[in-house]
Amino acid sequence: MSHKVHGLNPVAHLGRYISIGLFRLGEFVQIYLKSFKAIVTKTIFWKNAVVQMELIGINSLPIVIIISLFTGMVFSLQIAKIFATFGLTSQLGQGLTLAFARELAPVLTGVVVAGRVGSSIAAEIGSMKVTEQIEALETLSTDPIDYLVAPRILAAGLMLPVLVTFANLVGIAGGVVMAVYYASIPPADFADGVLTFVTFWDFAGGLIKAFFFGLIIAGVGTYKGLTTENGAVGVGKATTESVVVATIIIFVINYFLSMFLYDL
Amino acid sequence: MAIISLHNLDYEIDGQVILKDINLEFKEGETFVIMGPSGCGKSTLLRLIMGLAQPTAGWIEIDGAITSHLSKNDWRLLRRKMGMVFQSSALFDSMTVFDNVAFGLRRAKTSESLIEKRVYEVLSIVGLDRSVAQKMPADLSGGMKKRTAIARAIAFEPPILLYDEPTTGLDPIIADTINDLIGELQDRLGITSIVVTHDITSALKIADRVGLLYETNLVEVRERADLKNTEHPLMKEFLKNFQLAI
Repeated sequence: MSHKVHGLNPVAHLGRYISIGLFRLGEFVQIYLKSFKAIVTKTIFWKNAVVQMELIGINSLPIVIIISLFTGMVFSLQIAKIFATFGLTSQLGQGLTLAFARELAPVLTGVVVAGRVGSSIAAEIGSMKVTEQIEALETLSTDPIDYLVAPRILAAGLMLPVLVTFANLVGIAGGVVMAVYYASIPPADFADGVLTFVTFWDFAGGLIKAFFFGLIIAGVGTYKGLTTENGAVGVGKATTESVVVATIIIFVINYFLSMFLYDL
Repeated sequence: MAIISLHNLDYEIDGQVILKDINLEFKEGETFVIMGPSGCGKSTLLRLIMGLAQPTAGWIEIDGAITSHLSKNDWRLLRRKMGMVFQSSALFDSMTVFDNVAFGLRRAKTSESLIEKRVYEVLSIVGLDRSVAQKMPADLSGGMKKRTAIARAIAFEPPILLYDEPTTGLDPIIADTINDLIGELQDRLGITSIVVTHDITSALKIADRVGLLYETNLVEVRERADLKNTEHPLMKEFLKNFQLAI
């Protein structure tokens, strides 16, 4: 849809922007519907999905581990001594684990993967779009949704929970190490807080969030890529927008998912 | 006999008319060149024939099938009867030349031994050495990319080939070899070729018939030998420039 309409009054402009927004929302939703259909009807390119699982999951693991480790450590560093001062040593384990399982691990992982993978998806598909490779796929009887989009959405949806599991393990381990060696909190006290107050659902909720974040990252990246225009400049714009939009959606959705999943 | 017919074809995008009331038949085995100035809708016409865009009004008949009535699966089968060479070559840059040419064959679940045989066969037809097969598109010259794109398009032996500005961006000598190749393919494989270009030299070399698109309309269709009798000022201008060039 064209975006440049001159000579319209402000109300008409507003109407125009609303209709463009709704049109884009419709296109965005269609990406998911067509991808789910490709998965259900098995027209998806499974081989591409496996390749994407490696790119999105395994290749993101080092950065997720480093960020989670230091976040867990700094979390303990900031609050361990305060908790110890007030004799709340077992509460540190509860606080750290709940924070990681419910919020920090899924959100940090989501933002990191949006920056690393979402941008790369948008850039790759955007480059293909402006060099007519997407149309070339169609002329070779290949649906770009089956070949490019659905494998990325499936891979991101499956791999984000895996990454979040690692983020939980490493982040909490980093927190324990700092609690023990920096604030001299006994490991048994830490474990006691975790076992008493943290439930399976705290972790499961985080993994469910991660699944949705994966869908958002891949969906936004592929949509921005497929709608790229204006050559190299357009690819750069699509890449930046994919990260910004995915990150914003992750934070907004995270709020509502927390309310829903943890009955807040 | 017409293999493709366009009937009262209109195409608009964002309220802008790109093509208006196009009626045209492409005969089996001919090379039809569509000429016209930049932005007159030449490439759009190819995209409509290939089903990459849908006409706003009118219809297209390809090999007896009316395209607006086709399901996704029917389109998949119909596209195996057509190959398209894009202006930018549009090679998949993450794949080798071999994999680019083999792509459509793999989609059709052809056996790997047959694929290998066919890929080297079409590479030879377009004049590319076997050693090129393992190169990446980024390592190829413009002319080699175009040849690879043609090899990919003919891998299925389609009876129809669409070329979008096949010589754009190539130096005159390489452009001439691509024109020769288009002619050879038609002679050797009996393919119906539809070529979009604004290069009058190419048109006069390869065309059986030439159509002129101007300001959304198809304003003239003539046999190549009859072009000198054109009454249209734009075609006269094209021909004048060609005569000046030689």
